[in-house]
Amino acid sequence: MAAASSSSPGELRSMLKISNLVKSYGSDKPVLRNLDLTVPERSVVSIIGASGAGKSTLLRCINRLVEPTSGDIELNGVNLTRLQGRELRTARRRIGMIFQSFNLVDRLTVMENVLSGRLGYVSFFRAAFRRFPQEDIDRAFHFMERVGIAHYANKRADELSGGERQRVGVVRALMQGPEILLADEPTASLDPKTSEQIMALLRSLSEELALPVLINIHNVAEAKEYTDRIVGMRFGRIIFDGAPSTLDQAAMDQIYAGVPAEDRLADGAGVQVLKVASS
Amino acid sequence: MSQSATLPREWHRYTPRQRLVRFLSYLTVVAVVVWAVSEVDIVWPWLFDAPNAMADLLGRMMPPDFSRTDAIVMSLLETLNIATIATMGGVLISLPVAYLAAQNTTPNRVCLWIGRVILVSSRSVNTLIWALLFVAIFGPGVLAGILAIMFRSVGFIGKLLGEAIEEIDRKPVEAIEATGASRAKVILYAIVPQVVPTFFAVAILRWDINLRESTVLGLVGAGGIGLLLQGAIDLFAWQMVATILLAIIVVVLAGEALSGWLRRKVI
Amino acid sequence: MTTETVRRWRKPPFIRNPVLRYGLLVGSIAYVWWGLSTLPFDWPRIQEGLPRAIRMMQGAFPPSFERSNLLINGFVESIQIAVLATVVGVLISIPVAFMASRNLAPRPVYLAGRAIIILARSFHPVIVAILFVKAVGFGPLAGILTLVVYSLGFVAKLLAERIEEIDWGQVEAMKAAGAGYFTTLIYAVFPQIMPRQIGLSIYQLDSNLRASAVVGVVGAGGIGATLMNAFKRYDYDFAFAITLLIIGVILLSEAFSGYVRRKLS
Repeated sequence: MAAASSSSPGELRSMLKISNLVKSYGSDKPVLRNLDLTVPERSVVSIIGASGAGKSTLLRCINRLVEPTSGDIELNGVNLTRLQGRELRTARRRIGMIFQSFNLVDRLTVMENVLSGRLGYVSFFRAAFRRFPQEDIDRAFHFMERVGIAHYANKRADELSGGERQRVGVVRALMQGPEILLADEPTASLDPKTSEQIMALLRSLSEELALPVLINIHNVAEAKEYTDRIVGMRFGRIIFDGAPSTLDQAAMDQIYAGVPAEDRLADGAGVQVLKVASS
Repeated sequence: MSQSATLPREWHRYTPRQRLVRFLSYLTVVAVVVWAVSEVDIVWPWLFDAPNAMADLLGRMMPPDFSRTDAIVMSLLETLNIATIATMGGVLISLPVAYLAAQNTTPNRVCLWIGRVILVSSRSVNTLIWALLFVAIFGPGVLAGILAIMFRSVGFIGKLLGEAIEEIDRKPVEAIEATGASRAKVILYAIVPQVVPTFFAVAILRWDINLRESTVLGLVGAGGIGLLLQGAIDLFAWQMVATILLAIIVVVLAGEALSGWLRRKVI
Repeated sequence: MTTETVRRWRKPPFIRNPVLRYGLLVGSIAYVWWGLSTLPFDWPRIQEGLPRAIRMMQGAFPPSFERSNLLINGFVESIQIAVLATVVGVLISIPVAFMASRNLAPRPVYLAGRAIIILARSFHPVIVAILFVKAVGFGPLAGILTLVVYSLGFVAKLLAERIEEIDWGQVEAMKAAGAGYFTTLIYAVFPQIMPRQIGLSIYQLDSNLRASAVVGVVGAGGIGATLMNAFKRYDYDFAFAITLLIIGVILLSEAFSGYVRRKLS
């Protein structure tokens, strides 16, 4: 654990605070509407909701892969929404992200993919010639051993199976020494057994490294089993927020209820139903 | 309704509209060909005499004269060097141009247009015309040849490489951006690995083309085997011409074989 | 975990064998050095280049379109050369392509077909043009003959590849229906290769127009000849005008050819 604690993210009181977040594309209806969410230290939070509810946009607003339209996102006291250039990149280092389709660079080796998590820290020269500091190498081997892929270090990333590739993605995110992990449908491309393994891994990493983890997920059963808290989203709003045990059939119906397209466009009907339901 | 059953049933391969379009296309082609044949400035007896003239020329080439093989070999080596060095130079220049001319990497619209203008002007001017220009500037010699081939290669390699950059998978780029890497590092880690195979394939392909092109540079005074060829033709030394032509075939075929082998090896 | 020893990591080299790796590196550096040092650069003449380039630039600006007659005639001739060479080249390429396809032609015919294609492709059109200029004299005829050879090499090669990929089931169906050799060809083979052949022809027309600008440089007619004359007479403003027009015409023809081919497919 020496490597992990050297950057000491765990000693900080990690906290993510989103307030009044709005994201709209052009003049269309906003994808996120005045959304508020707080994630405390060490918790595994899952976000569920139908496709198009805005889950992925929410996650990408946090590390600014998507520019929020308005609102504030604070990570351990730093407001992320107004950072630019170098400051933004420094902020992104603190946020690890895991993707649905792993987003590895296929033609690079597993080790290079893992070390790319340190790109925000090392100089251009070191990055170009793959001369990373020995601490980074140690840390890489440490995490790769932790998730069981150390023996693949010099294999090309596209030679691995889906579950192994996602582990590479997880290690890449951990290499950043993140203060929070964002996982965008991390198991949607995996078979049921592997996806449970990945969920269990995220869960135990959160405990070991005292990391808050925010997971977008389609599989409600997995969300219930592996996370402490479930957030239900619908049309850019949070309509459910509670412990997995409190997510009953009625709440599920609200989150996933189909609303005709006309109602979705005419702001009224669909949202009114939700307001009644969530109050 | 009963009429429809009694109507004669016809079958046509095309609808009337399609037939009209096809007819007009044929008509245009025929009209253009007729115009070209009637207007072109050809002395028709020369055409009918062409087979004789060619046979006569071939007859004079026999047997090929191998007495100056050493000069031919040296000249071929020079041709090969022009092609190879110019390809290397062209590749180096085309990298930043491709970067500018790809929509997803270009820093801004002005750079995009600069990149595109470079590519278009490089591609639209043939190697031989570039060679004419450089011979006029730097005098006859290999430098004009190298520059001509380099200038033409930049457009070819830059265009194909730029297209490869535009077609990359966006996802790894997003992931590397998310780690807090700077623009330069994102290019290095997420874009370069994805375009490396295209890069090698295009560079090797262009080397093959450049080898062919460098055989004719000498005809406008820009070095290589073409110089010997032009000299032999001017002296009506047809047997020598035959040897040079044979040597060119051998080099071109060898170049094609080598580039094919390299491409299979690298990718 | 506390017993972990220091583990180094280096990127596995692109070429595993170190001798080969460093050999290639040293070899290519040595090659470039040797190549540059043995090439006969005429340095004193090259040093005059910059002032000359400036003088040429001054001579070339502004481009002169005054002798528009010569300009138009040159282009018209280039178009005629391209059209006729394409028509004749494409027609000849069909039988050659059939000869050169492994699945239709007997072995000796196949080899002969391949030899024709290789011969036609090995020579740069400019070399072919010089020979034709010597044989039939200066002018568009030499240009047309040159580009016929050029078209033949390219179109026949690609068409032969297409013929080798045809669906053999259709041929068998025709044979089963009792059709003869040529009927089979017309009903089972032609429909399969026609779209490709038309696409290739249009592409080749574009290629020939480009090439016709070049073969003229060695006397085979068209705009290339006009350009060469302007260059020889140091009429740089006229040469520049011609070059600009060539670029314009090539871009137009490329756009047109791309448009028609997209429509067809």
